[in-house]
Amino acid sequence: MAEKFKEQAVIIRQEEISYGIYSMWLKTERIAGKAKPGQFISIYCHEGSRLLPRPISICEVDRMDQALRIVYRVQGKGTEEFSKMRTGGNVDIVGPLGNGFPLKEKKAFLIGGGIGIPPLLQLARELKCEKQFILGFQDSLFLQEEFRRLGNPYVATEDGSYGTEGNVMDAIRENGLDAEIIYACGPIPMLRAVKAYAKERNIECWISLEERMACGIGACLGCVCESKERDGHTNVNNKRICKEGPVFRAEEVEF
Amino acid sequence: MNTKVNLAGVTFKNPVMTASGTFGSGKEFSEFVDLNRLGAVVTKGVASEPWTGNPTPRIAETYGGMLNAVGLQNPGIDMFVERDIPYLAKFDTRIIVNVCGRTTEDYCEVVKRLAGQPVDMLEINISCPNVEQGGIAFGQNAAAVEAITKEVKKHARQPVIMKLSPNVTDISEMAKAAEAGGADALSLINTITGMKIDIRSRKFALANKTGGLSGPAIHPVAVRMVYQAAQAVNIPIIGMGGILTAEDAIEMMLAGASAVSVGTANFRNPQVTMEIVQGICDYMEEYGVEDINELIGAVQ
Repeated sequence: MAEKFKEQAVIIRQEEISYGIYSMWLKTERIAGKAKPGQFISIYCHEGSRLLPRPISICEVDRMDQALRIVYRVQGKGTEEFSKMRTGGNVDIVGPLGNGFPLKEKKAFLIGGGIGIPPLLQLARELKCEKQFILGFQDSLFLQEEFRRLGNPYVATEDGSYGTEGNVMDAIRENGLDAEIIYACGPIPMLRAVKAYAKERNIECWISLEERMACGIGACLGCVCESKERDGHTNVNNKRICKEGPVFRAEEVEF
Repeated sequence: MNTKVNLAGVTFKNPVMTASGTFGSGKEFSEFVDLNRLGAVVTKGVASEPWTGNPTPRIAETYGGMLNAVGLQNPGIDMFVERDIPYLAKFDTRIIVNVCGRTTEDYCEVVKRLAGQPVDMLEINISCPNVEQGGIAFGQNAAAVEAITKEVKKHARQPVIMKLSPNVTDISEMAKAAEAGGADALSLINTITGMKIDIRSRKFALANKTGGLSGPAIHPVAVRMVYQAAQAVNIPIIGMGGILTAEDAIEMMLAGASAVSVGTANFRNPQVTMEIVQGICDYMEEYGVEDINELIGAVQ
């Protein structure tokens, strides 16, 4: 069983890197040292009226310094609270959670949409094979510098303000790209398109899903998705996104 | 200092239990909690066969609480007996199995299957608000409560706890009905039916539209109902509903609970059950309470 820890992390630094998108580096005791690309952490609010942890994907890991980075969008009151946390402050976290991406050395697409892009950064750092980053944004870009250091990102924006006008699938077509394996994280319509693309071309495809969670550790059965196989835990066609996921073989899950 | 409590002839090392559905069968939480330190693990509800549960979203946070409509997804009694009971039996804690069903026969089948198992008590869930059949349908009418209690008691080899719903006009009536049916103990409250609407999308926050409200928001309601039930019956009560701290647990015991279950708080802090056990000991020391049983129903 993968080890998980509950810790009080220290905020090393935080900045708004795009409109409503924040980057936070956290100093941990053990979580960063164990984290894999595609895993997430649960972050707990200080405000007592907000009971449930927010599951946020791990964007980057510095195992030497036991630090990890999250990049998140302010979506509600919980993430708004996080965005106001200052350097030196503490926050309770649990992690690393979930399974993470499998690292396979095949010519890869890393496809990210919006706030689904951050977990692909650590994946990009750890995959040693040929890899192409296809990143879709609504309008303003983020994490471009980081991806550029690791390769050449293909960008799509809905308003055409940068790169291909349209979505990530348009960017793949426009640039005539191909791959032997796909890793994807982003909004459901994007994941559906990626799944269909992979199926049509018979490409191995791994996607990362999200859902409203309560416990984050596989006990409450709040965050399931329909699966082709019966899951080992409840013996029904439902897998726990927080435990068996968040990364699944695309054909294994319905979404 | 004595922290042991006794419910229907079963001794618990301390009164702190986990609330059904929030703790699985203990395995996931065992990475954060020493299960040996708990009075009991109350398992997720188990039915006669696997249940898929409701569509997602199943969870929505609310101010000081949360709504859930998981719909009793569970692996069914076969896998539960094969895997979950042997796992829990390795720990020095009591095992209470929560039983759910759509019909009286369903409940009785599960109860029969548990007869020879190393299980200390059975908790009969007649109060789940998130399933179409069974669940709460058995818990909102005094005659139905008494009838199902009687049926379950015919087959049960372990003491039976009837888990009551707060979604009733008069909780003491339901408590008396369960006692009349032969219940050995009561547990309350299950969640309060609620609803949340996203004003931006104008959609229900839960796919099931309604869900069960839990968490500190419901704690005063739970304390009131435990008090009323305790006044109405002579069987012990496991009090639950929004217990987040040792103080909340002690308050529940003063209202009349012989033991307490901690539910939603496990999501706020996976180690909270152990912290509550410790906090109760600290309170007893501070206030010179020699025996925890002095606290039960001691409100003046």
